[in-house]
Amino acid sequence: MNKHANNVIEVEDLVTHYGDREILKGVTLDVHDGEIMVIMGGSGSGKSTLLRHLMALETKTSGTMRILGQDIDNLTQRDFFDLRKKIGVAFQGGALFSSMTVGENVMLPLYEHTDLDQMTMEIMIRMKLEVVELGGFEDLKPSELSGGMIKRAAFARAIVMDPKILFCDEPSAGLDPVVASALDDLILLLRDAMQMSIVVVTHELESAFKIADRITVLDKGHILMVGTVDEVKNSTNERVYNLLNRVPEDENMDMDEYLQRLTGVEVKEETIL
Amino acid sequence: MKHEVREEVGGFVVAFEGDVDLQTSPDARKVLLECVGRGKSVVVDLSGIGYIDSSGVASLVESFQTARKGGQNLVLASVSDGALRVLKLARLNKVFTICDSVEDGLAAIG
Ligand SMILES: Nc1ncnc2c1ncn2[C@@H]1O[C@H](COP(=O)(O)OP(=O)(O)OP(=O)(O)O)[C@@H](O)[C@H]1O
Ligand SMILES: [Mg+2]
Repeated sequence: MNKHANNVIEVEDLVTHYGDREILKGVTLDVHDGEIMVIMGGSGSGKSTLLRHLMALETKTSGTMRILGQDIDNLTQRDFFDLRKKIGVAFQGGALFSSMTVGENVMLPLYEHTDLDQMTMEIMIRMKLEVVELGGFEDLKPSELSGGMIKRAAFARAIVMDPKILFCDEPSAGLDPVVASALDDLILLLRDAMQMSIVVVTHELESAFKIADRITVLDKGHILMVGTVDEVKNSTNERVYNLLNRVPEDENMDMDEYLQRLTGVEVKEETIL
Repeated sequence: MKHEVREEVGGFVVAFEGDVDLQTSPDARKVLLECVGRGKSVVVDLSGIGYIDSSGVASLVESFQTARKGGQNLVLASVSDGALRVLKLARLNKVFTICDSVEDGLAAIG
């Protein structure tokens, strides 16, 4: 059952593990149609993990997830393939295949999912490369590009199918401020022109405040809050405040635990002087 | 997506209705290239279009360039705000002649 007809993503009580380690500890989250949802949180808080689960790439421990109205536990191969066509992904590393040209990389999803005419596909990828300001670079190999250019090419590949939902993991990390800001503008444009729903993980506060319709703040596998930019900015939650203001966490350090971590030696409480 | 082609004095008017997406853009492309192939200029009436994706836009671009190569023109008429935003993404609003109505379009190619 859809809770809201206009939700493209509905996650309820998602729990996930890597090995024995619990990573996401009961995450409940909706993403509305046509909104930009920014996910923030400290390093290791589970942002990329959450994104990978939303893309149905990983096996969860428990909880439910609906993507574009479909329960991902009940997908046939065919459903999964159809769903993947409507989802674009720009990963944290922005990996391109090094043996292929930039153009071939961007064209890959079209080859995989459509039988469009070659000319149509070529124009489509060149338009997308123009959009990320890489016009004319399609014949170069990834090794001939800068890091920022590779990220932009990967972004072009993520949007080449005009996906309904776009997932971006730190799209502007490592880009110069001008290019990063242009990427923010592009994300806004994709929402407005294509009605794309976009989930963006970012550490850049300025970028988050510029593009977000809503922000989810993750902390150690829990959701601290979900709210508009103003709600997050004005939050009285101490941990949200610390995250936004880059307050280091050592104020409330547990010394016993810390020493045990450093030495691997456990000291029983009663023996401590 | 449906389409209708009619021949006017100045050229063809191709009207599309519905969505132009990955499924339907090959048809749109075929119709447009056929009209261009017949040696006349073309007005593409987009008033009935709900949604047009990049594959549809790519077909417009290819048809336009093919027309130009043959010394013909291809203009867009009645472009919705949504379609205009999609064109603007790749700065194509500066490439195409965009007319308010089919009549204006026919005047533009005439
Ligand atoms: N493939 C994996 N195998 C085992 N553990 C993993 C794997 N990927 C992530 N983890 C663990 O899951 C936790 C969350 O990692 P995740 O990559 O989701 O963090 P993040 O919030 O994206 O951090 P960052 O901001 O540094 O990218 C970390 O403790 C990490 O060690
Ligand atoms: Mg990450």
